Amino acid sequence: MTTVLEVATADLDADAAVRLAGVRKTFGRGRDIVTALDGVDLAVAPGEFVCLLGASGCGKSTLLNLVAGLDEPSAGSITLRTSRPAVMFQEAALMPWLTAARNVELPLRLAGLGRVARRERAAELLDLVRLSGVGRKRPHELSGGMRQRVALARALASAHDPAESQEGRDPALLLMDEPFAALDAITRDVLQGELLRVWRAIDAAVLFVTHDVREAVRLGQRVVLLSSRPGRVVQQWNTTDESDAAETTEEITARLREVISSHAAA
Amino acid sequence: MLPTQPSPDFAALEAGLDALDAPQDARRPGWRRFLRAVLPPVVALLLILLVWQALWAAAFWPEYKLPAPLAVWGAFWDRVRDGEALSILWTSIHRAVLGFLAGMVIATPLGLLVAKVRLVRSAIGPLLTGLQSLPSVAWVPAAILWFGLNDAAIYFVVLLGSVPSIANGLVAGVDQIPPILPRVGRALGAGRLATATHILMPAALPGYLAGLKQGWAFSWRSLMAAELIATSPKLGIGLGTYLNQGQAFNDMPTVIAAILLILLVGVGIELVVFRPMERSVLRTRGLTGALS
Repeated sequence: MTTVLEVATADLDADAAVRLAGVRKTFGRGRDIVTALDGVDLAVAPGEFVCLLGASGCGKSTLLNLVAGLDEPSAGSITLRTSRPAVMFQEAALMPWLTAARNVELPLRLAGLGRVARRERAAELLDLVRLSGVGRKRPHELSGGMRQRVALARALASAHDPAESQEGRDPALLLMDEPFAALDAITRDVLQGELLRVWRAIDAAVLFVTHDVREAVRLGQRVVLLSSRPGRVVQQWNTTDESDAAETTEEITARLREVISSHAAA
Repeated sequence: MLPTQPSPDFAALEAGLDALDAPQDARRPGWRRFLRAVLPPVVALLLILLVWQALWAAAFWPEYKLPAPLAVWGAFWDRVRDGEALSILWTSIHRAVLGFLAGMVIATPLGLLVAKVRLVRSAIGPLLTGLQSLPSVAWVPAAILWFGLNDAAIYFVVLLGSVPSIANGLVAGVDQIPPILPRVGRALGAGRLATATHILMPAALPGYLAGLKQGWAFSWRSLMAAELIATSPKLGIGLGTYLNQGQAFNDMPTVIAAILLILLVGVGIELVVFRPMERSVLRTRGLTGALS
């Protein structure tokens, strides 16, 4: 893990997996204009796990949508040096008419992969999230945590194309929008561990949005705090040193409360 | 292959959670479900027959108003023996099926247009809903005046009965797609066309199917109304015509036999075609609340 971080810091400026420069996003026009993001500069190194933290209205999800290419920034630039980002939402949003395996195959099918290759790759990914036994089940037959793991496998399927990744392989990027927020505490705890395991296994950069400080500190190598309305980067913490996690958590929580309190006056 | 680091304790924990949290599927054995499905309607039917027979035996009404169940059976059996029953059924069913299929071909693109193009929706959406509540018998006189007493008039009435239902069903199906699904589709790399074929169409299927079911019922009704009113030797004898003949000859057993046949075909198609499709679509999506 330490080595990953060294590489990450060294390459941060040279070839980041994602780079946002002066990104601004507004919704509406005229008097009703709402600025969701304003002047956001952020870089994520290949293989780095970054948590975006903020209260409601800080534009975390907007930011993720911009990186995912689901929306266009109003100003500034977003540079991706990765394959198509894999996106995960708070809801698993599996296609209810497809089995778990077919859901994982869907992005491969959209990419025009042959049937045999699809099957093989989907089985591999289900195995990665430890769900090899449930490929034939439908989403409604799975628990919330299992659905979210299928969603993770599906997202990864959309990012990696093993056919072209043999040579000149692009680093993978995983975008996660509060993926565990709707799960019960036990399942969330297990899935956080699961995500870390998968992250180490596939060596992807992760941009993980959450409003849970503990989750951010546990998962991220770096925690980025965003302000609300408009969203700006307030402060960043390096959280690789696990010995002072409790201390960091407190510090971030205090800063987050400060940011939120400032809205009471305005 | 992807390298994964084994961590056995964690795997066990996760497997335990999966076992505890996954919904349990409890289904009754097949023959019991069959009994529960078949027995109540059969008993109800027998009861109705019993009441009918009793009322007839009590002779409250003259025979020409309320014939015996056996007399109705006799009227029906006579038609079966001289082979006309089959030709009558064939005339009506093939008209209804052709009309329904044509309705599907027209209503499907129409419904997609109304669902996806805002201008079209505001322009003809209300009209479509209005047409759905207009009994299509109302079109029979106009159809006869426009097309004359021929098949075109009958198909026109059937189409006006089925198209609004099918189109509206499709619109409802598209409207009820959770917006997250097309968004996920885009994130997974689906373009406009792929989104339509891989996500929107399968997601709208339950609503579309409900529309088709209603469209069939409306086709069948409209056809009966049209056949009942538009009678001509050129048109051949369908179920509606058969019913009309019963009235013309003051032949109550024939009238009741015709009504029962109309009912039988409507229920039969529903049970043989639509119910299994609906069941399989709902079951695969876990929408079994209405089925169990």
